[in-house]
Amino acid sequence: MSDWTREEMMTVAAARLLWDGCVCFVGIGLPSAACNLARLTHAPDIVLIYESGTLGTRPNVLPLSIGDGELAETAACVVPLGEVFSYFLQAGRVDVGFLGAAQLDAHGNLNSTVIGPYDAPTTRLPGAGGATEIAAHARQTFVMLKATPRSLVARLDFRTSPGFLDGDGARSRTTMRGAGPRTVITDFGVLTPEPGSEELRLSALFRGATAGEARAAVGWPLRVAGEVEAIEPPSPLELETLRALHARTREAHSRPVRIPS
Amino acid sequence: MKLVTLAEAIRRHVVDGACVALEGFTHLIPFAAGHEIIRQGRRGLHLVRMTPDLIYDQMIGMGCASRLTFSWGGNPGVGSLHRLRDAVEHRWPAPLEIDEHTHAGVAAAYSAGAARLPFAVLRGYLGTDLAAANPRVRSVECPFTGERLAAVPALNPDVTILHAQRADRQGNVAIHGILGAQREAALAARALVITVEEIVEALPPAMNGVVLPHWVVSAVVHCRGGAYPSYVQGHYARDNGFYQRWDAIARDRAGFRAWMDQHVLGSADHASFLASLGAAA
Repeated sequence: MSDWTREEMMTVAAARLLWDGCVCFVGIGLPSAACNLARLTHAPDIVLIYESGTLGTRPNVLPLSIGDGELAETAACVVPLGEVFSYFLQAGRVDVGFLGAAQLDAHGNLNSTVIGPYDAPTTRLPGAGGATEIAAHARQTFVMLKATPRSLVARLDFRTSPGFLDGDGARSRTTMRGAGPRTVITDFGVLTPEPGSEELRLSALFRGATAGEARAAVGWPLRVAGEVEAIEPPSPLELETLRALHARTREAHSRPVRIPS
Repeated sequence: MKLVTLAEAIRRHVVDGACVALEGFTHLIPFAAGHEIIRQGRRGLHLVRMTPDLIYDQMIGMGCASRLTFSWGGNPGVGSLHRLRDAVEHRWPAPLEIDEHTHAGVAAAYSAGAARLPFAVLRGYLGTDLAAANPRVRSVECPFTGERLAAVPALNPDVTILHAQRADRQGNVAIHGILGAQREAALAARALVITVEEIVEALPPAMNGVVLPHWVVSAVVHCRGGAYPSYVQGHYARDNGFYQRWDAIARDRAGFRAWMDQHVLGSADHASFLASLGAAA
């Protein structure tokens, strides 16, 4: 029994990947918490970009949507959405793209579009949004998703966002600017691409997790790196900062909003 | 002066079968206008929006749409749009043809539309199944370098509807805060209807601020609270609690219809709609 949750560990591990001053394109949910935790701890000058056009934003509470007023009010500047994707992302001005998804495969490709056939889906998911181009053009991407039998799969129902495609250098033969997924953070630890094959393998474990648990949670035959790193549990500062951020966020989101009249 | 009532603006500019874009990225979503389209019973609309959001969930669930062009169809930070899902998964209340893109693709398609070019070009849709799923995502060869680039057809809605902070007596419209693709969608459209929080005598010179000049605006509607439960920077905040409650309201057909009957169809206009929510709270 530990005094932190797996979700907290995932968020802390993701935050540690970011460095001070890096330009980071943020997805909503777990990535947003991780990026703001980094900003509030070791990376005060990180530049956070949300696709709503808010550049260099420093929200006091986590936004529920990608375009909450909080993001605009604390941004260095607000630009039209088209410019974010063309002048900043496609132009190669983003160091890190931070993504989530419903499904991930062994080469880091992502599905956020449908479960089942596209024309007759059993579950219609929200779709691409900004993810397809973030995955292509950010210099590198980090992916966060919870491990369930339906999330880490051998074969995607639909490829929404490119990772390493079929691996073995397939991505490098395209016109994508970015190098692709560098790290996947999930419930038991971290997957990273194996050089050459570009297949995701287990490279680090959270305290209390095992390679056996990881193999059971992953839908392809999971290979294990020669040396599996043990990830340090959250420090008191990381935990306090993250919990205070979530508490502020809960308080702000439960405050009744006056209906205009 | 083009100042008209909302009912008149919708009657005049939104006809059955039209291609309609209600834009605004999370911010400034024209809910009042969408509700009026529902009240007037429009059918067969081709709806265009980057993020369908709750307003298109409502319009689709009420049977206004036959086609949807979009790039991200969820309830932001909450989950699914259940009415959109029901239409795609079970063709309820009517089949919905979908024309699915990425944000970068829709933004580029509006820009091309605003410039009256036939298509937009971008280094997009790479390594995705979207191009195979949507015949409107194609590619062109750069005549200078030979590079294959994605091409999507320009978006030129019959009418774009926006919500904004202010308009002046002449019909110039000022917008600030998160813009999304509002300006591009406005200038791509054949007609432009704008609902605003307030009408002022004259707007100050805007320099680099976003102003849609009066000669591109077809109609201005004074509609306070017209973006609620979305928000208007400087006027009122996004009602995140409402977005969370919508998940339960829209989850089943009967509950959704009852809510729409009570609050939207049961209200003569947007002021009554807002009052009905206050009374229910």
